[in-house]
Amino acid sequence: MTESQTPEKQDDQTRLSSVLAQRTQRGAGRGGADLARSLAPLVILLTIAIIYPLESVNTWVRGLPAIGEYFPTPGSAVIIIVFTMMAIGLNVVVGYAGLLDLGYVAFYAAGAYMAGWLASQHFEQVTFHFLTPGLNPELPGIHINLWLVLVLAGIFTAVVGIVIGLPTLRLRGDYLAIVTLGFGEIVPQFVRNGDSFGGFDLTAGSFGITPIDAPGFGDGLNDVSAGLLPVNFQQSFDAEQLYYWAALGLLLFTVFCCWRLRDSRLGRAWIAIREDETAAAAMGIPLMRTKTWSYAIGAFFGGIAGAYYASFKSGAFPSDFYFNISIFLLCMVILGGMGSIWGVIIAGVILGWLNIEGLAVIGNNLNNSFVEPVFDQRLEVPKYQFGIYGVIIVLMMLFRPTGLIPERRRKLEMEEGVHDEPMGERSV
Amino acid sequence: MVGLLGLVFLILLIVWLGVNFIKDPQEFINVFFVGLTRGAVYALIALGYTLVYGILQLINFAHGDVFALSGLVASWILLNVFDVTGDSDAGLILLAIPVTLIAAMALASSLNVTIEFVGYRRLRHAPRLAALITAIGMSFIVQNISLILFDVNYQSIPRLIPNSNVFQIGEVALQWNKLFVLLLTVPVLLALSWMVRSTRHGKAMRATSQDRDASAMMGINVNRTISFTFALAGALAGAAGLLFLLYFTTMRYDTGFELGLIAFTAAVLGGIGNLTGAVLGGILIGLIQEFNEGLVWATPGGDWTRSIVFGILIAILVFRPSGLLGEQTPEGE
Repeated sequence: MTESQTPEKQDDQTRLSSVLAQRTQRGAGRGGADLARSLAPLVILLTIAIIYPLESVNTWVRGLPAIGEYFPTPGSAVIIIVFTMMAIGLNVVVGYAGLLDLGYVAFYAAGAYMAGWLASQHFEQVTFHFLTPGLNPELPGIHINLWLVLVLAGIFTAVVGIVIGLPTLRLRGDYLAIVTLGFGEIVPQFVRNGDSFGGFDLTAGSFGITPIDAPGFGDGLNDVSAGLLPVNFQQSFDAEQLYYWAALGLLLFTVFCCWRLRDSRLGRAWIAIREDETAAAAMGIPLMRTKTWSYAIGAFFGGIAGAYYASFKSGAFPSDFYFNISIFLLCMVILGGMGSIWGVIIAGVILGWLNIEGLAVIGNNLNNSFVEPVFDQRLEVPKYQFGIYGVIIVLMMLFRPTGLIPERRRKLEMEEGVHDEPMGERSV
Repeated sequence: MVGLLGLVFLILLIVWLGVNFIKDPQEFINVFFVGLTRGAVYALIALGYTLVYGILQLINFAHGDVFALSGLVASWILLNVFDVTGDSDAGLILLAIPVTLIAAMALASSLNVTIEFVGYRRLRHAPRLAALITAIGMSFIVQNISLILFDVNYQSIPRLIPNSNVFQIGEVALQWNKLFVLLLTVPVLLALSWMVRSTRHGKAMRATSQDRDASAMMGINVNRTISFTFALAGALAGAAGLLFLLYFTTMRYDTGFELGLIAFTAAVLGGIGNLTGAVLGGILIGLIQEFNEGLVWATPGGDWTRSIVFGILIAILVFRPSGLLGEQTPEGE
């Protein structure tokens, strides 16, 4: 609000503030009720999510007639959550800043290998332990507490994001997409061939690094919390549940960060760049720095998710990091609605579930009820998953480009006009 | 700074090639022939990317998969319609190849036109990224059509063009199957070049790519011109599919994905939108790939081919987005 405002604008301003004041007063009157009403669905959802893996709940849900088989096991749910987390990270780059990243799998790989290097027996030349819970201290290799490794992996991946970003973010739209795709193709080959750099084994080649340590809280915290905090996830009887809850915690952390980031100064700068890069630059937003931050932060969450997933699977294998993963994550963002956190969470859960169990179960039922009696053969539905994702991507782009749950602002952009150059118009 | 880096890189490249040539000149020339053949196939695919990019500024990701599908269908036609075997007589082979070529080109053309009609046409006024994302989706759809029709196994055909020598001087030899690919590629390129430069359709294409609205005002049917471009690109992909099959004799549903990316790199290397550039880029990438895999002195080897090709892609896009022959684009500024 500068002093050089025109009278009409000041009028607008006063009207706006009086409206706001009225709202605040009304809000103050029924504040508690409003807050409760808006928080209630969230709390209910969260409670369901928290009790889902409990033995009794899970067995009951999955034993329900007709619909029970569609619910995932806690182990599958961990994978769904991890991929959703990556999709939210990708959403920062694609949804907020409007930069198409086709190589997000590189960040996932970087995180996973970070866990492989810092929490396994891979570097058996050294023996280094730091706060590792429930492991024999004589075990060779670097073993850092996995919670710390997650942070380190996030930071490392963010640095990788900056390194990839700095030279490439000058490029616009489609060129940037291709460069990230190139990186996404190079990284898997790099880890696959990385078993002898001048004789030094960095990535264990195509065998991958395995096993990777599990997270845990150690004896001290276990005693203090009267057994509530487990010593070590993997050595616990209900490892899957523990992994599930920790993944849920990480997801909530990611969602919270991304939600707050969106409304921050940085987040508004991203959205400004997305809407009109030239105008944003004219308003004094440093383009390169802001874009690089979106890369770094998007990569950060990808790295944490990758490291956590590697610990859950107890391994980092080069065969996991292929181009299709990037597309799979992109599909989540597009289906949910670019920039919309809720949308991406829902799409992430749906697609993650389809990927892990859903397609197999649906395909099985289709085969039993329809395909086999009629055509006398069985369809392998999961084999065609990427065809199905392709159809989803195309249909969404053609008929509902704003996604399942459109972000309000993005919707306006789509409806009111294109700020990006339309296809086929040369930028001069 | 960038110029200096480029110069150093170029000098290193020449030294590397020179040392390899001196160490074993005959092998070097043989590898060169292999690279040239591979490059010719890449050039045909790269032209499809460049044609479409020139007119729509869209990277048609599905192009590589159209190539693979047409190659697979060609293998089906050769095996099931003509029943070719390794020792079929020359007459049958000489009949089968042109017929299959026409069929593959027709199929790929109509598929490409359909993709444009269903997918990209509605998105002409949407943000560029929307079209690009749709192209990725289309690529997966076409790839899965191949998967449904031909399953995951490699489809192999017998070697129809013999790999006996055309000539041999010392250790240096050129085989018939390589010569065949080159002999088929050159007329296709000449015909394409003539078409774009001298026919009314070509003129319309060039006009549309320069300014779509203005060409519409001049009475050019823009939609038809764009469809025609996609048909042309598809025909090239179909031809490339058959050539790839005849030369390598085996392919499967996802062959097109990686090959498409490599061909796209070739198009970018030559300067996307530039036809001569696409051919040059294709041949260069083919040579680089074969030199990397075939030479002996200080080569990273086949394990690193993909990294090298995509490294080139990134370097070109970052330092010289206009490519070797392309006009200056604003993207790099």
